[in-house]
Amino acid sequence: MTIKTLTEPTINIEPELCKGCGLCIEACPPDVIKFHEKFNSKGYHYAYYIGENCTGCGVCFYACPEPEAIAVYKKGAEVAEEVIDG
Amino acid sequence: MATKILEKAKSFYDTYERNPSADKKMPHYCPGCGHGNVHKMIAEALDDFGVADKSILISPVGCSVFAYYYFDVGNIQAAHGRAPAVATGIKRAHPDSVVISYQGDGDLAAIGTAEILHAANRGENLTVFFVNNAIYGMTGGQMAPTTLVGQKTTTTPLGRQPGNEGFPIKVAELISQLEAPVYVERVSLVDNKLRAKARIAIRKAIKNQVDNLGFSLVEILSPCPSGWKLDPVDSLKWIEENMHKNFPIGVFRDLTKEVEPYKIEKVNPNSDEIINLLDISGENDLSLKSTETSDKYKNPEIKIAGFGGQGILLMGAALAQAGMFADYHVSWLPSYGPEMRGGTANCHVNVRSKEVGSPMVSLPTVLIGMNRPSLEKFENDVVPGGIIIYDSSLIDIKPKRTDIEVLAIPATKMADDIGNTRIANMLVMGAYIGYTNLLPKEAIYESLKTAIKRKRFIEINEKAVDAGYEFGKSHRK
Repeated sequence: MTIKTLTEPTINIEPELCKGCGLCIEACPPDVIKFHEKFNSKGYHYAYYIGENCTGCGVCFYACPEPEAIAVYKKGAEVAEEVIDG
Repeated sequence: MATKILEKAKSFYDTYERNPSADKKMPHYCPGCGHGNVHKMIAEALDDFGVADKSILISPVGCSVFAYYYFDVGNIQAAHGRAPAVATGIKRAHPDSVVISYQGDGDLAAIGTAEILHAANRGENLTVFFVNNAIYGMTGGQMAPTTLVGQKTTTTPLGRQPGNEGFPIKVAELISQLEAPVYVERVSLVDNKLRAKARIAIRKAIKNQVDNLGFSLVEILSPCPSGWKLDPVDSLKWIEENMHKNFPIGVFRDLTKEVEPYKIEKVNPNSDEIINLLDISGENDLSLKSTETSDKYKNPEIKIAGFGGQGILLMGAALAQAGMFADYHVSWLPSYGPEMRGGTANCHVNVRSKEVGSPMVSLPTVLIGMNRPSLEKFENDVVPGGIIIYDSSLIDIKPKRTDIEVLAIPATKMADDIGNTRIANMLVMGAYIGYTNLLPKEAIYESLKTAIKRKRFIEINEKAVDAGYEFGKSHRK
């Protein structure tokens, strides 16, 4: 497991744990979360990070009602590489 | 310290094994439900304060009934509306724990109104999270006490009308009128700013308890997209446009900086202290010889019935106590109307050589009838071969049954002759013991010492027992 120190903030959204409510999309200040055109096994169009311009503000984390669907990694966070790439 | 990673709180279980659904990772709440946000804020606070291991969450009835699936803390699920009462008991028994009562509006503001008011009024050192979504979500969108005027629900299809259903209850305002609460705030989940405020309020309400400051309640205006039939994003707008007018957000009471920490210490008397407190120090050193009683009289299930005021309950209690002195397993179950005198009273007594299963006596082997209605009412319940003992000076009829033994004792008349009609109960009890030889007479004497509060009455009661005993003995079959 390689630990990586993030130079840019990012978020990770677990497609299978997202219920597609859209609250994170509505809340995201830089507007970098979208509904995926695919749906997950529950039939929800899950939210995903478009991959750039996340500021690491964390508001999506508190907007999201799901305990584990969104994780926010701010700049300088030390994270296992596969968490980010997964 | 700003944390660099926001992720699932440790105070949540990793997988929700208690959830019977196949999916152990996803909570049962609907998409966009505010319970999830509140859960996250609570779990994060428990993590940050390091108190999860000593926290006990009381789940309510409502959608959050299954909160215990998710929180890795002590969990108790309370009956509808009773969470603050359950929380009180837990907090008193475990003063060092952090007890959180998590309730919805149907739970807290309808069936549980009494419990929340009195827990708040006592200033229990509890944290209450009141999730207000103005509707009964779990049961399908019925009107709740907090439903807005004009709001359509399945039970107010034309919209809530105050003339018919009253006005929405403003819980934060109501609780803040009481003297004891330390902190009452209403927050909302509608946007980033207000969610940040809600998070701070939730943390503060928990911290207050950790610091022993007293009762904190946070009312959270929370979306119910399914109940409101709106999509999650529109639900937030609906809160802002409709709920905020009726339920203004803000701090209604905050004495956090003024009050002194106060902790109710657990009182833990040892058994000697309890014995002294209850004045039951008399050891049973009677070394009572067990009595020879016929098999048919053993292990009686006794029903004693009469008017309130005849000493029915006292007779039963004394009999049970005497049975205990003679090393039997006993039970005494009183059942009486609200009147102190008059009305009906009866009690159920078991005197058994093995443990008593149920204290209820529906089909007695012994019926002691002290008035006519009791005899009429219960005569047919007596099992064949059983005994009916009745006060023949008050009851002008005789039992019709022929498959039972009957002992008629003119107890009130005999009591009057001894000098007090109110000892008729002891005469009847004495007669029962004399007739069956179930217990040694000394056991009855001993039980009178605890059953009769005024010592000067003990002597006359003993006389009555004696007279009854002799009567019963002389009528043995």
